[in-house]
Amino acid sequence: MPNKQPAFEARDLSRSFGHGDRRIKAVDNVSLTIQDQEIVTIVGGSSCGKSVLAKTLLGLIPPTSGELLYRGKPITDQRSHWRDVQPVFQDPFSCFNQFFKIRSQLRSSFGIYKKKPSKDEIEVRVDEGLRAVNIVPSEIEGKYPFELSGGQMQRMLLARVFILRPRVLIADEPTSMVDACVRANILDYLMKLKKELKMTIVFITHDIGLACYVSDRIFIMHAGKIVEGGPPDEITGAPKNQHTIQLLEDVPHLHKEWIAR
Amino acid sequence: MPIFEVNDLHLHYLTRFGAKIHAVAGVSFSMEQGEILGIAGESGCGKSTLVNGLMGLFIPPLYPTSGDVRVGGESLMGRTPKDIRENVLARKVSMIPQGAINALNPTRKIKHLAMDLIKSHEKGGNKNEIQKRLYDRFNLLGLDAERVLNSFPIELTAGERQRSVIGLTTLLDPEMVIADEPTSALDVTTQKAVIKLIFNLLDKKIFSTMIFITHELPLLRHVAHRIAIMYAGQFVELGTAEQVVFDPRHPYTRALMDAMLSAEPGQAKKETKPLEGAPPNLAHPISGCRFAARCPSAKPDCRINEQSLRIVGERQVRCDYAE
Amino acid sequence: MKLFLNLLKTPSFVFGVTLFLATLGVALVLPWFYDVDTVGRAGTPYLPPSAEHLLGTNHLGVDFVSLLITGLRASLYVGLLAGCIATLLGTFLGVYAGYKGGWIDDLINLVTNLFIVIPYFVVLILISASLEEGRSLQLIAVIIGLTTWPWTTRSVRAQAASLKSRDHIGLAKVNGCGTFQIVTLHILPYLLSYVFMVFIIQIAAGILVEASISMIGLGPYDSISLGVLMDDAMKNEALGDGIWWAFIPSTILITAVVFALYTLNTSMEGVFNPRLRK
Repeated sequence: MPNKQPAFEARDLSRSFGHGDRRIKAVDNVSLTIQDQEIVTIVGGSSCGKSVLAKTLLGLIPPTSGELLYRGKPITDQRSHWRDVQPVFQDPFSCFNQFFKIRSQLRSSFGIYKKKPSKDEIEVRVDEGLRAVNIVPSEIEGKYPFELSGGQMQRMLLARVFILRPRVLIADEPTSMVDACVRANILDYLMKLKKELKMTIVFITHDIGLACYVSDRIFIMHAGKIVEGGPPDEITGAPKNQHTIQLLEDVPHLHKEWIAR
Repeated sequence: MPIFEVNDLHLHYLTRFGAKIHAVAGVSFSMEQGEILGIAGESGCGKSTLVNGLMGLFIPPLYPTSGDVRVGGESLMGRTPKDIRENVLARKVSMIPQGAINALNPTRKIKHLAMDLIKSHEKGGNKNEIQKRLYDRFNLLGLDAERVLNSFPIELTAGERQRSVIGLTTLLDPEMVIADEPTSALDVTTQKAVIKLIFNLLDKKIFSTMIFITHELPLLRHVAHRIAIMYAGQFVELGTAEQVVFDPRHPYTRALMDAMLSAEPGQAKKETKPLEGAPPNLAHPISGCRFAARCPSAKPDCRINEQSLRIVGERQVRCDYAE
Repeated sequence: MKLFLNLLKTPSFVFGVTLFLATLGVALVLPWFYDVDTVGRAGTPYLPPSAEHLLGTNHLGVDFVSLLITGLRASLYVGLLAGCIATLLGTFLGVYAGYKGGWIDDLINLVTNLFIVIPYFVVLILISASLEEGRSLQLIAVIIGLTTWPWTTRSVRAQAASLKSRDHIGLAKVNGCGTFQIVTLHILPYLLSYVFMVFIIQIAAGILVEASISMIGLGPYDSISLGVLMDDAMKNEALGDGIWWAFIPSTILITAVVFALYTLNTSMEGVFNPRLRK
């Protein structure tokens, strides 16, 4: 059963960068609640602040003002936060250290725990994680990150999540660097994580089409602010905010007219 | 007479360890004046290699194996990169690249980049006249010509940069434009703006014939007249946009269409059928159908018989079992 | 390994390595076969080259081949020591400043810029001149090392700062790595080839700087370096008297060493930097 207590609660959360005239509010007074075991998608154009919001939830970037609660408590210790909350980043190639073998890097993700599982258990869990993303462990044995394809690398990042089994996953544009086929694959793995591991997922993307496919709720972000939120069918069926309407219009649909010529 | 003809083009490149990768293996098509052809396929299918081949630009490690590319009847094969750069690029065939940031020399203003381009292709010419031409063209692109032309690339937004790149690549009114994933790095709003800009140029007859390369089939359906689906260095299906998108016949095209997700009500219930596996390794000879290993409806003889493009109901499909 | 094979395929690298190994051989291996004597008078002053003394004798009548071997050794030693100090110090400060950012970065930057602005050659001359008595070869190497590090810091800092925002650092953090682990495992390996190239340049710079100070008479009192030999030749009017063997061989040696090191550096740049690999 999902926990009654929400996973994340943000109240008037802001984050700005720079000083003086060049001060930019990347996240501007955002308030949102993310329930336990829910897939929430944050959709917005480039530089709307969605990635900064993701990194704030992850605890990598501290907010400048406002309150952020994880399961009712503020994030004080990053390490204990990361035992519960883990990310998938956008560019799989820049995510792994190219000087170490991929398997040893997957193994080292257990470094976040105070008490590591035994060596044998780690191996078993790495194998399980790899199989969960349809990779035969021998396929990557002895290989370095640059020896794998983009699709394989993106799945390595997901394998990490299957291995660590955090309670919350923050997926920051995991689909923007891969093509359509792999994209559908990744979304299926996100669904699998939710179904099998009861994970709460915050999914960041600029493609509202993907959002509709996986999410329980969608938030539309524009210029640092959340402008609209709700279930997918409500957002696509009866959008209220002009930015949402704009976003929906700009996506090339298969059936609807897109640009008049 | 077709303006652009590609005849059984085979291209390969050499890896540093001497292996030959046959990235393009037998691509043929022809285009009439005013046509837009879309080419789609996943990464690693040979799209980018094909682009270089279509311009006749062979810089090691890329080499032509066989076949011919003709623009307005003139062959581009067997010519030096210098010759191609001076006499073909920008005037006959022009390319809109993917990353606008890397395409512009960061140390020069847009104005100077444009001047360089004109001067290197046109002898003489009045400076004021060229200047006026530049302003007219950039105004036509919907850009603030005065500001953009006097800016360094870094001072422009991503959208402005991509527009400027398009402005520069079409400055000499090329006969043929190849757009290599021009919108893949952009968000949907900027993407739409760029496509509008390209349509605007087409309407104004700045250029009329275009090859548009992307992996977004929904986008191609709105942009292209005909669509070619590429897999492992070959076209597997070539038909009108409507035919390919709404009634795909090749199993690979079907798989691509099944993987497409769009923002329409009711999408949440849609079942996607992700395509597992990876394209074949092009360093080794492949027997039989190149898609057989991943094909959901592969028959035993698919792995033995090489497939050739055949006509199936007004379109070309590379599958013996397509109906 | 692949990288090394690629290096061996680069002609300029092979040339640089061969030349550098040859000079190393002259400095380290040749003394086993050649009776090196830099004290005893082998003949009258300024004997021209002959079968007995291949490169003649100096103003005191000491065999020149012996002097060159010893001088080359001292020069290489100075270069290596100065290069080590400058590279280690510069890399440490650069990586730390680049990764940490904030006020630490500002402070290190300030110090670096100060050192870059002050003409280090003048500092060197002042220090050398004030240390009239105890100016040993080692001390000069240390001084050179301590004054040439800012360039290393600057370039390494920029590289480290650009690595900092890469996702693999973020992933290392959520994997539970501390600052020390991140710097040693996730930043330094990426900079290693770069640091190595900087190291080679620093060695060459150390050799040249030592030669320049020695030539104006502020060299070590306890050793003979190639710079000292040139200084001697100058002081004793070898130039005016046309005694070419007093300065031409040492000049050629120093040029050869530095040229070999610079060639090595540029050839490696071609292999390490994938953009230049084509």
